[in-house]
Amino acid sequence: MSAVSEAVTSSGARTREAIVRRFALTDTIFRTATRLSAILVLVLLGGVAISLITGSWQALSKFGFSFLTTESWNPVTENFGALAPIYGTIVTSAIAILIAVPIGIGIAVFLTELCPRPLRRPIGIAVELLAGIPSIIYGIWGLFVFAPFLQTTVQPFVIWLFHGIPGLNGLFAGPPYGIGMLTSSLILAIMVLPFITSITKDVFDTVPSVLKESAYGIGCTTWEVTRRVVIPYTRVGIMGGVMLGLGRALGETMAVTFVIGNAHRISASLFAPGTTISATIANEFTEADGELYTSSLVALGLILFIITFIILAIARYMLLRIDSKAGA
Amino acid sequence: MSTAMSLHQRRKRKNGVMMALCVIAAGIGLAWLALILGALVYKGLSGLSLAVFTEMTPPPGEAGGLLNAIYGSIVMTIIGIVVGTPIGVLAGTYMAEYGRFSKLTTVVRFINDILLSAPSIIVGLFVYELMVRPMGHFSAIAGAVALSILVIPVVVRTTEDMLNLVPNALREAGTAIGAPRWVVIRSVAYRAALSGIVTGILLAIARISGETAPLLFTALNNQFWSSNLNAPMASLPVTIFQFALSPYEEWQQLAWTGALIITLTVLGLSIFARSLTGRREDR
Repeated sequence: MSAVSEAVTSSGARTREAIVRRFALTDTIFRTATRLSAILVLVLLGGVAISLITGSWQALSKFGFSFLTTESWNPVTENFGALAPIYGTIVTSAIAILIAVPIGIGIAVFLTELCPRPLRRPIGIAVELLAGIPSIIYGIWGLFVFAPFLQTTVQPFVIWLFHGIPGLNGLFAGPPYGIGMLTSSLILAIMVLPFITSITKDVFDTVPSVLKESAYGIGCTTWEVTRRVVIPYTRVGIMGGVMLGLGRALGETMAVTFVIGNAHRISASLFAPGTTISATIANEFTEADGELYTSSLVALGLILFIITFIILAIARYMLLRIDSKAGA
Repeated sequence: MSTAMSLHQRRKRKNGVMMALCVIAAGIGLAWLALILGALVYKGLSGLSLAVFTEMTPPPGEAGGLLNAIYGSIVMTIIGIVVGTPIGVLAGTYMAEYGRFSKLTTVVRFINDILLSAPSIIVGLFVYELMVRPMGHFSAIAGAVALSILVIPVVVRTTEDMLNLVPNALREAGTAIGAPRWVVIRSVAYRAALSGIVTGILLAIARISGETAPLLFTALNNQFWSSNLNAPMASLPVTIFQFALSPYEEWQQLAWTGALIITLTVLGLSIFARSLTGRREDR
């Protein structure tokens, strides 16, 4: 009797031990798999950096630092410089941000302060849907609908308006092509608008009601509360959202490729066609013959990667600060 | 007294002007959406017919459809999701469950957020250097890998966020009845966060099904039907890009129709994804 029960418990202990060991093993496997996946995210970014550097090595070692300061881009003589694309990228993105920031903040104010409550969610979603539309759609719309509209109505008017004013007449000069730097900037502004709006709205929501109510309590108008309380309180977060939008605008490819005109030159007029880093790569990469040509295009990619990495890192750092503030 | 009144009125007037500007800003935002959708429907709908879904992309100047492009897009999107989702979910699980307070998680979260908004054309260049150059030719599988790299950050982000929302009391209850950690994660945490994780995957599908830039020099394009993953494959976005910039009217019409199909798919997916989590927010 006792021998039997002893046998049963000992075999039970053995199976229990085996089960516990199997559990521990599976847990270790699962934990390792999750950890490796997390590390893979880091490896991906490292891999992107390394592959861009090795791919662009030939061009960078041939042209050196002058790659950044040369305007000429000549596949025939194999002389490449990145100045025109860098200029185009920075100018179009900067104008886009200048247009999108006031509108984005305006929409955020509308959504948090003015909009009737039942409409908030639908309008918020509608603006965010703008972010979901693929960039090629903006491109085809910009090329066939928006650019002809600008060419026939807006641009001739603006050229006529500024033709006598020194300085501005250079900025808005030349034949109205429709496509060009300014058209790209406008399309980019529409594309980054939802990013800026949704982040601004989120950080506006972190403002403690007590702060706003005390301002209203001493008789401030909605605008004064926004200007003197909400915006100062959320400044860092708004800047983070703007930087995030800027990062998007700098790297945006397809929409710009359609409407910028792909001309490797720097002209003072915003109506003139130009090019950006991403548009150059998208247009020329598959047709690039010759190692040096391809390598120069990869070098452009490396420059874009470095610029956006810095901008996005700053953006995330700023948003991290507002997150910890909201959490505390 | 009169100056005080005028100050009050001035402030009220300024408030009225600024608030009107905010309403106008919101109007501009909504108007753009309406304008773009309106143009898409107007130009795209006239070309929408059964032939679009049953015929191959035509040579210049002839009528045809988009069947091979639609097929290619679906195949590469599915492979991209199948490859990217498990990695993303596992990485998000590590960040929210095993390593919630570890240094690695902070670093991965920062890098992941940067990958999330990194230019997709850079990913295309990366996969070109990684796969296309060593293999010596463009291929559908390279395109799918490029898409999966875009999927990972989206899924990592939503998985981590959703798992962080699961109350710790649920995990503790699981652990208290003796379940090992991975069983708790699988049967308690995943189950509680399921709708959120699915939303993340749907948003990832919505994102990659419209992506053009990473496919341009990985999967390239293909005028013909091809189900060979080791060969160039057509995709809807790249076909739209090629057709829209062509001088042929038939091609441009197909580009508009393709654009309408992509937009409806993407918007449908993101509205559906939002409706999955939206209900919970309202509660």
